[in-house]
Amino acid sequence: MSKMHVKLTVNGKQVEGLAEPRTLLIHFLREDLKITGPHIGCETSHCGACTVDIDGKSVKSCTTFVAQVNGADVTTVEGLTNDDGSLGVLQEMFREHHGLQCGFCTPGMITRAHRLLQENPNPTEEDIRFGMSGNLCRCTGYQNIVKAIAASADMLNAQKEAAE
Amino acid sequence: MNDQTLTPEERAANLKGMGSSRKRVEDVRFTQGKGNYVDDIKLDGMLFGAFVRSPYAHARVVSVNKEAALAIPGVVAVLTAEDLAPLGLHWMPTLAGDKQMVLADGKVLFQGQEVAYVVAENRYIAADAAELVEVDYEELPVLTDPFEALKSDVVLREDLAGQTDGAHGPRKHHNHIFTWEQGDKDATEAVLGEADVVAEEMVYYHRTHPCPLETCGCVASMDKVTGKLTLYGTFQAPHAIRTVVSLISGLAEHNIRVISPDIGGGFGNKVGAYAGYVCSVVASIVTGQPVKWVENRMENLMSTAFARDYWMQGKIAATKDGKITGLWCHTTADHGGFDACADPTKFPAGFMNICTGSYDIPTAYLAVDGVYTNKAPGGVAYRCSFRVTEAAYFIERMIEVLAIKLNMDAAELRRINFIKADQFPYQSALGWEYDSGDYHTAWDKALKAVGYEGLRAEQAQRIEDFRAGKTRKLLGIGLTHFTEIVGAGPVKNCDILGLGMFDSCEIRIHPTGSAIARLGTISQGQGHATTFAQIIASEIGLPADDITLEEGDTDTAPYGLGTYGSRSTPVAGAATAMAARKIRAKAQMIAAYLLEVHDNDVEWDVDRFAVKGAPERFKTMKEIAFAAYNQAIPGLEPGLEAVSYYDPPNMTYPFGAYICVMEIDVDTGEWDVRQFYALDDCGTRINPMIIEGQVHGGVTEALAIAMGQEIAYDEMGNVKTATLMDFFLPTAWETPNYTTDHTVTPSPHHPIGAKGVGESPNVGGVPAFSNAVHDAFRPFGLVQSHMPHDHWRIWKIANGLGMHG
Repeated sequence: MSKMHVKLTVNGKQVEGLAEPRTLLIHFLREDLKITGPHIGCETSHCGACTVDIDGKSVKSCTTFVAQVNGADVTTVEGLTNDDGSLGVLQEMFREHHGLQCGFCTPGMITRAHRLLQENPNPTEEDIRFGMSGNLCRCTGYQNIVKAIAASADMLNAQKEAAE
Repeated sequence: MNDQTLTPEERAANLKGMGSSRKRVEDVRFTQGKGNYVDDIKLDGMLFGAFVRSPYAHARVVSVNKEAALAIPGVVAVLTAEDLAPLGLHWMPTLAGDKQMVLADGKVLFQGQEVAYVVAENRYIAADAAELVEVDYEELPVLTDPFEALKSDVVLREDLAGQTDGAHGPRKHHNHIFTWEQGDKDATEAVLGEADVVAEEMVYYHRTHPCPLETCGCVASMDKVTGKLTLYGTFQAPHAIRTVVSLISGLAEHNIRVISPDIGGGFGNKVGAYAGYVCSVVASIVTGQPVKWVENRMENLMSTAFARDYWMQGKIAATKDGKITGLWCHTTADHGGFDACADPTKFPAGFMNICTGSYDIPTAYLAVDGVYTNKAPGGVAYRCSFRVTEAAYFIERMIEVLAIKLNMDAAELRRINFIKADQFPYQSALGWEYDSGDYHTAWDKALKAVGYEGLRAEQAQRIEDFRAGKTRKLLGIGLTHFTEIVGAGPVKNCDILGLGMFDSCEIRIHPTGSAIARLGTISQGQGHATTFAQIIASEIGLPADDITLEEGDTDTAPYGLGTYGSRSTPVAGAATAMAARKIRAKAQMIAAYLLEVHDNDVEWDVDRFAVKGAPERFKTMKEIAFAAYNQAIPGLEPGLEAVSYYDPPNMTYPFGAYICVMEIDVDTGEWDVRQFYALDDCGTRINPMIIEGQVHGGVTEALAIAMGQEIAYDEMGNVKTATLMDFFLPTAWETPNYTTDHTVTPSPHHPIGAKGVGESPNVGGVPAFSNAVHDAFRPFGLVQSHMPHDHWRIWKIANGLGMHG
């Protein structure tokens, strides 16, 4: 099958490659770019393990062709680590509040939570539960994920306040 | 020196040992997307495998035409049973003593069964080619009901024709697998005949699926130069897989290296051996290239191991004031097309004989009949220890049914029948010796915590309001007191394929006082790298942060039977403590030598040996470690390491009291969990944070199972729930918050008194949710209604009771 040239920004870096028109973004990320944080859990958009951030929106990369996002700015969980290599706020709070167990849903969870907190910096528990309902977790029962996201919101707001 | 000024308590706290809510060491990788799951593995020249699967539940395979598939560029091979037959690999043994087709050998027995295996250069080409393999089927009559299967003339397993004896005794019918009997049938029937009251009910625990977020998969890599096969996979029991691969492939076991990398949840789904593993190994041997196979979600739900599907007919006898005198159970177990249950060999129905539960029932009888049907094989313990959740659901429903018959409060009925604290160790009527428990204390604590009497008063008012037309919502109070049996198990009666169910730990202390430990288990989210280091920290006085944990590589880890059935802490955790104690024993001799006193003149003090009566004279474990590598100590070998293979003397028996308060809308069938209280007693608690996390997750899986999750078939044997659109996994939106609590009754036979906890919340949660639904409708005449209690089924209950006017 003939291939097309795609160019993306992934986690702040320019990348390019050849991909069949039918190549899914998740496979391009995982197989071609070796960015294996986003996972494949269902291939039907239900579980959210493949969630990435594209131009400021949470997107399920298992049902997105890479051709559809040519030129886009993509962020995966790998891009949420601090520049000095330390854990980002969400990553740290997920660890602090035991918001993960097997870790398979975690990259999608954290990437979605990152966007949720941009959309709504002061979410209630209900906002978090609704806003995260496109991401499934089989291990934690969500209670500690909700706690981790609420704690992240507090910490990010405090950081913002300190910076202002 | 710091050590001089710290109190023993401060030094102990610095170790982050047992009892500490130590943060998980795994999370630094996982939160950054740096886990290494099987689909993350990419080897040079790696090919990709994909299955052609049967669309029919029962059919003859007339022909398979590979031509069109092989014509696609990039397709390397298409394997069928004919190709595997010369190697003897077209069938494989199951864990239950049966055999299973690897690829369809003349017929298929369930929808989704593997028919051909395509090997191609990438997953897209493999999928394309699988579409082009032409299979001619001739449909056969389908049996999806185990009761009908036992009466039908249709023979499902023609390969077993004429075999009247199976792996577990006589077969009564061509679709019958085994009968397993426990307890005293005659005595139980006599008790039932003489009892004041007998309650009888059919309790069905529907078919469901563990559905971990990561599906099953593997990468097989045969190195033709060295003759060594490396098999990466989602294996809950990597060592057992190595032995099985050796036995069925003929490859010498030392030439097989099995690696379980990070595993994205298991819940029992990843215990068994699947066709994908066998085909990938064969494909790698044939092509000389690595071959990856990862199933998709639909394949996972349709073909890899299901759970439950037990029809449990029960009779429970009691005196008129509620003292239970006998329990009878006959279970019809739907095992699907092949008996691939994952149970210890001598227990074809697992530990279903724990079905007397938390109660002192003097006489009991259990019989289980296994049956073949046109459904997927499996029968794994989905977050439970070998059918314990079926047993717990059965007895906790029977208690409720009996309470209705006696017109008694179900909490009080439980209380008067609990095994008493002074009866432990308790010998159950069905053959188990419960190690320890204090059920009354846990029960009273739970009832008090939720304000049980107040809830009943509120419920009474609600019923009055409902009858007066003031509300359309009912209140259900779901009670459960469960007892598990986990930590399989003693080698004398527990084995899988002849492999004794011990487990192991090897600890090596490095000269500078840090350590590495390797175990025969494998974490799938339980946090072993965190918790087992805590056990070692407390036992030998080195900080948990200085101890690396490794599991899952059979070339480096000592042999063990893996992680399932809540056995890691009870068995491998015990091995860890025992290995650590061997190290401490040698350390004592080294310390005595360094302090120039007799071995018996030093004593252990948190992280050091000190001279008795002179605590200022001591050697820390760190100092001892260095001495082990640089001092010539008379009578002692250099080095400081130990290995322990632990054969547990008994199972452990965790227990708990769960209470669910649920609002139910009579007109829509919608439910809302208002409160869920979970009290667990798992003996000694290693990491409270992780225990609570396990409880949250397990109760959520229980919520799914009780309230909506099922593998459903139509009468043609089509799977109706093969995607996450139809198969219920709760989201954050449906999932409530839980209140966790605990009592601590250590196991008397476990080195650190721990019992295991990962599966308790599933075992206790399912009856708690189901009993809440039943309890809401009890005043209106409901006795028993089968799970899952989705909105439609709850609406049907209300409708059937004439509550819709």
